Amino acid sequence: MDILTQQLFNGLTIGSVYSLVALGLTLVYGILHIPNFAHGALYMLGAYVTLTSMLLWNMNYWLAIALSVIVVGLLGVLMERLVFNPLKNAPPIHDKIAAIGILLFLEALAQLMWGADYRSMSTPYGEVVNIFGMTVTMQRMLINIGAIVVMVLLYLFLKKTFVGSTIIAMAQNRKGAHLVGINTNKVAMLTFLISGALAAIAASLSSPINLVFPGMGHLVILKAFVIIILGGMGSIPGAIVGGYILGFSESLGATYISNDYKDIIAFVLLIVILSIKPQGLFSREGF
Amino acid sequence: MIRLHRKHYIIFGLVIAAGIFPFLNQNEYWLHILTLSFIWIIAVYGLNLLAGYTGYLSLAHAGFFAIGAYSLGLLTVKTGVNYWAALALSCLITSVIGFLIGLIALRTKEHFFAIYTLCVGYVIYLVIDKWDSLTGGVRGLIGIPAPSNIGPLSFQSSLSQYYLVLFFLLATIFIMYRIVHSLTGRTFIAIRNSEELAKTIGISTMKNKLVVFVLSTFFAGLAGALYASFIRFIGPDIGYTTVIFDLLTYLLVGGIGTMAGPIVGTILIVSVSQSLQFLQDYRMLIFGPLLTLIIIFYPRGIVGLFNEMYMKRRSRKKPRLKKTQTPYTDSEGLQEDRVKEG
Amino acid sequence: MFIETRNLTKQFGGLVAVKNVDFAIEKGKINAIIGPNGAGKSTFFNLVSGSYTPSAGRVMFKGNDITHLPPNKVAKLGVARTFQTTNLFEQATVLDNVIVGHRLRTKSNLFDAVLRTNRYKREEKKCREKAMEVLEFTGLTHITDQLAGSITQEEKKRVAFALALATDPEVVFLDEPAAGINPGETEGLAELMQKMVKKGITVCLIEHKMQMIMKLADKIMVLNYGEKIAEGTSEEIMNNETVIEAYLGGDASA
Repeated sequence: MDILTQQLFNGLTIGSVYSLVALGLTLVYGILHIPNFAHGALYMLGAYVTLTSMLLWNMNYWLAIALSVIVVGLLGVLMERLVFNPLKNAPPIHDKIAAIGILLFLEALAQLMWGADYRSMSTPYGEVVNIFGMTVTMQRMLINIGAIVVMVLLYLFLKKTFVGSTIIAMAQNRKGAHLVGINTNKVAMLTFLISGALAAIAASLSSPINLVFPGMGHLVILKAFVIIILGGMGSIPGAIVGGYILGFSESLGATYISNDYKDIIAFVLLIVILSIKPQGLFSREGF
Repeated sequence: MIRLHRKHYIIFGLVIAAGIFPFLNQNEYWLHILTLSFIWIIAVYGLNLLAGYTGYLSLAHAGFFAIGAYSLGLLTVKTGVNYWAALALSCLITSVIGFLIGLIALRTKEHFFAIYTLCVGYVIYLVIDKWDSLTGGVRGLIGIPAPSNIGPLSFQSSLSQYYLVLFFLLATIFIMYRIVHSLTGRTFIAIRNSEELAKTIGISTMKNKLVVFVLSTFFAGLAGALYASFIRFIGPDIGYTTVIFDLLTYLLVGGIGTMAGPIVGTILIVSVSQSLQFLQDYRMLIFGPLLTLIIIFYPRGIVGLFNEMYMKRRSRKKPRLKKTQTPYTDSEGLQEDRVKEG
Repeated sequence: MFIETRNLTKQFGGLVAVKNVDFAIEKGKINAIIGPNGAGKSTFFNLVSGSYTPSAGRVMFKGNDITHLPPNKVAKLGVARTFQTTNLFEQATVLDNVIVGHRLRTKSNLFDAVLRTNRYKREEKKCREKAMEVLEFTGLTHITDQLAGSITQEEKKRVAFALALATDPEVVFLDEPAAGINPGETEGLAELMQKMVKKGITVCLIEHKMQMIMKLADKIMVLNYGEKIAEGTSEEIMNNETVIEAYLGGDASA
């Protein structure tokens, strides 16, 4: 029983990270119908910017995260402007290849700047606390709470502000949004900004319990894709729920099935889903 | 018709050049690089048939390459099967797995297909990496034999291996050329153009897509098997996603959906990387943006650009055609054309 | 009966796009389906040509039930169709676009293609000849070698016709063939349809251009909100109260 609660808590932590990454991915997909393969690179850069700010400039953890959010968010905007906007009317295969090009570039860049070594990030929240009979580090608590705070803020932004509602409108109907006078270019940039920021937050929160290295985004982005297919491409609640589902299945799978193959769980899930429903669960194209 | 003849001369010239290359250049190292390039080209042709001519971007092909390589490696090292039987079996195994994956994967489209195949590729990599007892895991598989003798023909030297790989490459190109320039090839292109329209003119899209998919995995498997017996050592990283991204770069730079693209792209990028050896780990600093820029500005790659220039020159010579039209009277030119569908 | 629909119904979620439509397409005639925007005309087409599976009801073709056949099988039986927007492969020539249209009548496979067997050569020739034949029929011989991307809108429509005809159909479904072209060109297309009928090919079309339909069609069905509200000759339709009401009440696009 003890192991089970511990694993459930772990699942919650992993799931929080997945959800944040998947949220950024699903937002971009919902608005622009781009499967952004470079999203994992944004995640990786988010971790490096935070790490560097802390090590090099002795920045406070929170300040470092803020800087990382700004840098990676702006990088997202830059990607939209320089690459995806020019490809707006190109065949769908082009977006994907362009995104892969960006991914390869950013990874090589990270390797050049920071080396290929695995690094660890230490934060002031390493101490162990006892909650409900579980021993957990503060950092893990921080991930769980932080993720929920971010999700709530995102929800409020999308639902309660005018700017946020333009994003929703465009996700529902791009042409219509344009017709009612929404500046689709601005919304696209904003979406990439948020998407990058979410990746940076997810990476900065989770790096202290994982490791930082140039390829750290690979698995995370693949799993995020699985999550948004599971939850419906473009669906925000789907990304959150899907993220937690995958987090729980992985931590339980690692304990009760096999630690070696825990990373396969997500893909097996995906293969099963797409075998049964080629358009993904909850596909909006009913016709 | 004149163009066709000239094209044949060029092809003939290239084959001769490839044939006498080892005598002009005695450098073992370049022979090695060129042999390796030929192997990659075979895999890129497989990818081209699927992504370029049928419009389905598969990101699982590094996995199929690895399946081919490991099949050959395991069959020769662990069971001691004759090399040639192992080679044939490796291609067969890859195709069968390709068939099974294709059955499911091809029900998805566009983004779903790309994501699905990316995940399939990753699963293949993970299985190879983790299935220690069979594949040797991260330690890899060593001691893969070179091709065994056929009568008096021995394939121990690097020169003979060069010719062997060249033979397979020429066979691949020949088969590709015949397929692309046939009713079957037209069927594939019709699917790329519009699956909905293809269906209404009576094409069974699923059947045709499956044929292409299996065929393209066959060539990925063949390339993988040749790679294993050429390098003599394989590790799980040959199935990693970086390999498919390399293959894609070769294809895109050369020209996706063109007949000459795989050759031009692969030879060019591989030789440039060789001269930028000091960059090895950082080559993607250049190739990454190159991939992105090419897809934005020259979606048909070098070969496509060259074709366009050639067409423009030809149109100047033939004033009877209106300026706004790109004259393209050669029906053979159909296949050299822009990839419109994703 | 040639083609017949019985109780044909299609639902998308809660929306009924086509409801209990009984319609007979008469052989050797020009049949037309008209109706205001969103009346379910295109859905009806997609049901008959196999692109959609109906929620209820049946489609019969020469006495055979084709309700659940996929579009490629329906095409093989001799039912061809065109789309509102013509999806041609713009970087290939007109001829190349049309050659593949006869592919469904050929049997050569991958091995024939690689080995260039006699069967392959015979069939390749057959497809090419068929393409030339239908291009001549549709009046396009002068542009066979031009890129499909460089021809006019009207020529594109004709190429789409040619592609449909290359499948050797008994009946051709035309989805708004005259959309986006001028009156003179519309006239030309109407003549082409009559020519097809003369050749023994049944025509069934959806059209917004009322004048053209009234002059051209032998039999008309009017759909409104997915239901058949009238059927008959152009004269009968023009004097039908329900039809007039539907058109004046809805957004008349005639």
